[in-house]
This record gives sequence, structure tokens and C-alpha cells, in this order.
Amino acid sequence: MVPIAYYLILAAVLFCIGIGSFLIKRNIITIFMSIELMLNAVNLTFVAFAHQWKLVHGQIFVFFVMVVAAAEAAVGLAIIIAIFRARQTLNVDQINLMKN
Amino acid sequence: MSPQYLWFIPLLPFLGFLVNGTVGRRLPRAAVAGVALLFTGLSAALVAWLWATMKAAGAPLSMSVASRPWISVPGFHVDFAFSVDHLTLIMLGVVTGVGFLIHLYSVGYMAHEEGYWRFFAYLNLFMFFMLVLVLAESFLLLFVGWEGVGLASYLLIGFYFTKDSASNAGKKAFVVNRIGDFGFLLAMFLTIAHFGTLSFSSVFAQITAQPELHGGFLTAIALLLVLGAAGKSAQIPLYVWLPDAMEGPTPVSALIHAATMVTAGIYMVARSHVLFDRSPLALSIVAVIGAATAIFAACIGMVQNDIKRVLAYSTVSQLGYMFMGCGVAAYSAAVFHLMTHAFFKALLFLAAGSVIHALSGEQDMRVMGGLRKRIPVTFWTMTIAVFAIAGFPPFAGFFSKDEILYQTFAWHNPLAKLLWAVGLLTAAMTSFYMFRLWYKTFFGAERFSEHTDAHGHNDHAPIHARKDTTLVMEAEHDSGQATHAHGVHESPWIMLAPLCVLAVLAAVGGWVGIPEALGGHNEIQHFLDPVFAVTAHAENVANVDEVSHSLELGLAAVSVLAALFGLFLADFFYRRKPGTLGAMSANSGLYRVVANKFYVDELYHFAIVKPLEYGSRFLLENVVERGVVSGSARALAFITRGGSNLTQRMQSGNIRSYAGWLAAGAAVVLFIMAVTSLHLR
Repeated sequence: MVPIAYYLILAAVLFCIGIGSFLIKRNIITIFMSIELMLNAVNLTFVAFAHQWKLVHGQIFVFFVMVVAAAEAAVGLAIIIAIFRARQTLNVDQINLMKN
Repeated sequence: MSPQYLWFIPLLPFLGFLVNGTVGRRLPRAAVAGVALLFTGLSAALVAWLWATMKAAGAPLSMSVASRPWISVPGFHVDFAFSVDHLTLIMLGVVTGVGFLIHLYSVGYMAHEEGYWRFFAYLNLFMFFMLVLVLAESFLLLFVGWEGVGLASYLLIGFYFTKDSASNAGKKAFVVNRIGDFGFLLAMFLTIAHFGTLSFSSVFAQITAQPELHGGFLTAIALLLVLGAAGKSAQIPLYVWLPDAMEGPTPVSALIHAATMVTAGIYMVARSHVLFDRSPLALSIVAVIGAATAIFAACIGMVQNDIKRVLAYSTVSQLGYMFMGCGVAAYSAAVFHLMTHAFFKALLFLAAGSVIHALSGEQDMRVMGGLRKRIPVTFWTMTIAVFAIAGFPPFAGFFSKDEILYQTFAWHNPLAKLLWAVGLLTAAMTSFYMFRLWYKTFFGAERFSEHTDAHGHNDHAPIHARKDTTLVMEAEHDSGQATHAHGVHESPWIMLAPLCVLAVLAAVGGWVGIPEALGGHNEIQHFLDPVFAVTAHAENVANVDEVSHSLELGLAAVSVLAALFGLFLADFFYRRKPGTLGAMSANSGLYRVVANKFYVDELYHFAIVKPLEYGSRFLLENVVERGVVSGSARALAFITRGGSNLTQRMQSGNIRSYAGWLAAGAAVVLFIMAVTSLHLR
């Protein structure tokens, strides 16, 4: 049996990659993908603990997160398309309309 | 009459105030007057009923209605309660009776004025507060009425509010009265501290129960009360507001500044006589203040040229008499004079108002004269009032004034004879200035006809209360037309009727107090005995009995002689040799000092107003206002602005920097959690 620490380390690494790319990347779609990465890191943690403690709660949470992530992806992509149509760019540094 | 009905006596005028104050603007004038008269009249009828029941009830004539507790905290309790005894009954009679007559008069007098509804609303409001004042069973409720009449007085003095002098006079009255009220408040605090209550009955019961209590804090309370009374009743040093209060309409001067409100101070001193009887020092001070005010105001009154100002100083002077009466513990004499004064001084003011009305707003006596034939009813009623105030028997003023002078003479104090002499001199001066007014107004050449048009340019006249207001422009115009058409005209019956009733009262009102020396029974004193007998008579009147009736007769004769002397002087200078006195006095420095009211207003201005103004300007404005108040506001603004300058940099609009802050925050939270959880282990 794989020790839980391995799962957690993997999840932490995934999460940090998510955060890092979220902070660095300019392309809005990449940012979006890094969010998904962070969510899946969390999912992995949930599943790992559920397996460890033989409890089903964690797995149920994962389903909720997946559903919410799917909904978010739908809405988010729609917004991205709308922004692209309006601005002809996906660079977040050029979409700071609320500033000033 | 059940005590519960007592509530209605003040509430009815209040209802009139509410009606006229809210919808009066839209009502026709007749309806406004009807409402005001109805509620005041009902209140007067209730008082008459009360009088009848109490008369029928027999000896222990007092009635009180206590309602639920008003303020109740540990160590202090006061009920919202009214009570009636003989003193209250006299005050109630004066307030509602004279008040109703003056309401009636106002219907005619104010007929052409703007703000008719406002006037009657204020007048009813005044009645409400005055009745609360006299019915109150505690210092606190009395104070409510006390402040309320001050408010009504302020509103009515400044009735012609578009005129600077009127609104200033209103403010002056209010501010000067506040000084007195300050004393009253302190007196109440001391009373609470020592007696734990403000109810008259329990405070006085506690004092009576402790015969060893003398002087000390009682003197302090009494003197502070005197300060309050001096403010309200226009005594030295706070009398300065009353002459200026003549800016108000004449019926207001009659009701508030002659007959009722200004007597509140005397009422209050008489009401707390139990307190004052224990403090001979306070009583002496009251007597001295009264005598000083009486002669001082009479001096000024002798040289005034404005008819209402003469009467105003005369009021101050007569109030001084009442104060003197209180000071020599002759409370019933003071209340007696209060009552007769209400009659004849209200009559004098109303008659003066009728004269002013006849001359379309002229108040300067130098441009009157010869009005005897033109306005006969006014002339005859005023004549009665003049004889009454001058102290000629058998008119009302003679008996009451004489009673005060007699009691002063008989007072057990080294000052007694001196005060009596001052009182006597004042009586002669009173007679002089009243007959001066009488002669100048009603006798001699008719000086008004050629002035009627020009007096607006006469800059010697101190005030033209109703001249230069835009409010009354239309009224002026109307009556001006009337003057040109009919000349000087007698007032309508609705103004003359109250004059006639008051004239009867001024003539016979003193007969209730004919002293035994003159074959009377001094009924008013016996009537008031249950109120004042408790201590006053036990301690002071015993001494009075030593003075024989023949002495009383002699004193009466002397005061009549003094009045005759005043009449003779006035007759000489203003009828037989008019102008001689003017020629004699025109260049004299003394005349100028007196004509300028001894420069007291100027003295107050430089001694009190200026330093206060200076303090406000330089200390309060520059240091406190600029430094502390706006300084702290500026500091606060500076800190906020600086802080937001710093923090607004976070709001870059760059989504990745937001994400960075978010991540940093999450990291900090995680770090703290990790550290604390390690710590807990």
C-alpha cells in the first residue's frame, strides 16, 4: 500500500505548479487550466484521505468539486470567448478595464 | 369639581395652540380668534368652577391631583402632579381672567396684522405654560412652565421677526432669562441633594419638621431661587430685558410682560416662603433688591418718551414693590399687589395699545397730546388705571401698595425704615411719571396731526415698534388710510370691552384687601392665611401687631400725600408750564444719564458681552475651534488619506497581482496555523 504521504506530496506539488503558473502566465486560458490543476490537487488529497480513513465523505466531496469545476469551466470559457470578441486579446494585463 | 378636572385647565389652551398652530394658517381670522377665545374661555370657566367648589368646600382648601411618578431614581423621586391652594387660586384667577380679556382685546388689536393665527397660537401656548407653572406641585414641573413661558415670551417679543430690533429683543429676553434659570437649576440641584425630592409639599414638610434648620444651605437655595426670580421678574441685575420686550405687540406686553409671566418670580418666592422664612439673610436681600429695583426703574421711567417704555419701567418698578413685600415676609401683601397690579397694569397697557391703535402705530408721547376728547373711553379707563397705580384711594393700587409699605415699615430689621422711605419716594415718582404720561397723552395741544405723516423721519423717537416692518406694511397702509379719512379714531368695541372690565377691576379690585385700620377686614390676607400662616405669621406678623392702627393710618396718609405730590409736580410741569422742565433738563448731565437708562445696557455690553465675545472670538475660535475641533478633524483626514494612498497601490487592476496577494495571504494563514498548532502541541 502506498503511504498517504506520497499522495499528499504529489498533491502539494501539483498545487504549487498550479499557483506558480497562475501567477506567472498571462494567457487567460492557461490561467484557467492552472486553476483546474489546483482543484485536482485538492481532489487528490480528498481521495487519498478517503482511502486512508475508509470514509466515503471525501469521495463525495470530489464529485461536488468536479461538478462545480465543470460548471465553472462552462461559464469561464463563455466569458473568455466574450472577452476575446470584445478585445481581440487573451492577455490579462490588457484586460484591466476596471482600473482607472 | 373633581381634582381630575385640574388637568383640563392648562390642557384646553394647549389644545387651542395645537389647532391654531397646525391648521390656523388655513382658517379664516374669525375661526382662529374663535378657537383661541373658546379654549381660553373654557379654561377660565373651569377656574371659576374650581373657585366655587373650593369656596363651598370650607376650611382646608387645597386640592391636588397626583398622577403616575414622573422621574423615579434611587434618592430622588418626583411626581407629575398639580395642586391647588389659595395662592394658586388667585394666580389662576388672574391668569385666566386677565388672559381671557387680553385675548378678547387682541382680536381687535391684531385684526389688521399678518400672522394672526401665529399670534393666537403663541398666546395660547403661553397660557398653557403659565397655568402649568402656577398649578405645579413640584419645583421641577414649575420649572417646565417657567421655561415654557420664557419660550412663549421669546416668540411673542420677536413676533415682528422681520424687524431686527424685535428679534434682538426676543433673544435678549431669552438669554437674560437663561442666567436666572441657571440659578433656578442650581437651586433645584441643591434641593435634591438635601431633600431628595422636588415636591413642594414634601420639601416644605421636611423643613417644617426640622425647626433647628436655619441659614446655611437653605440660604444658598433661597439665593439661587432669587436669582431665578430676578431673571423672570425683571429685578436688578437682570431687569434689562423687560423694557426691550416692548418690541412685542401691545397685548403681549399687557399679558406676559405686565400681568402674568413677570409675576412668576414673585409667585415662586411666595410659594417657597417656608424656605425663605428660614433664611433672614435671603429675605433681606430680596427686600433690598426689590426696593433698589423699584426706585431705579422709577427714575428711568420718569424720562422715557415712548409710552410703552414708561409702562415697562413702571412694571419693573412695581415688581420691585412686590419683591420688597416678599422680602419683608409680607407675602400676602405681595400677592395682593400682584393681583391689583395685574388689573391696572394690563389696563394701562391695553389703553396704551388703544392710543397707539388710534394714532396708527405712534408710540412717542411727544407727538401725542390732547387725545382726551378724541378717544374718550380709552381716556376714562386709562384715568382709572393711572389713579390706581399712583396709589389714590379708593382705587386698587392704593390698598396693595400701602399694605406693602406698611409691612415694610413694621419689619423687624434695621433696614426697615430706609426701605420704607425708598418705597415712599418711589410711590411719589410713580405718581409723577404716570401723570406725566397722562398729561402728555391726553391733555395739551394736539401734537399728532402734523406729525402723523412725518414721524417716520423723527429720529429722536427711540422706537417705532410697528413702523418699519414689512410684515405690517399692509396694516399700516390700511390704518393710514383710515387716519386720513376719519382722523384719530376710537378703537372698536371688542377692544374697549376688556378695557371697561379691567377698569372696574382696577377701581374696586383693592377692596378685598382694605386693612382693618380703615374699617375693612383685609379679606385677601385672611384668604391667603392658610398658605402663608404656617411660619410667616408665627415669626413675623406677631411683631406687626405692635404697630398700632393709628400708625397704619398715618402711613397711609403719608403715601397718599406722596402720590398727591407726584400729581402736583406732573400737573405743574406738563399742564400749567409745559416746557419748563424740558428747558431745565435739556442740557443737564444727570438728565442725559437717566435718559440713557444709567448706561446699564452699555455697562453690561462692555463688562459681560464684550469679554464673552472676545473670549469666543479669540480663545474659542482660534484655539478650540481651529486647534482642537478642526485640528482633530484634519488629523483624522490626513491619516485616512495617507493610509489609503498606501493601500490603493494594492488595487493595481492586474489580476495576477491580486492572485499573488491572495496566495500570500493564504500562505500567511497557513503559516500561522502551522505555528500555533505546533505551539499547542
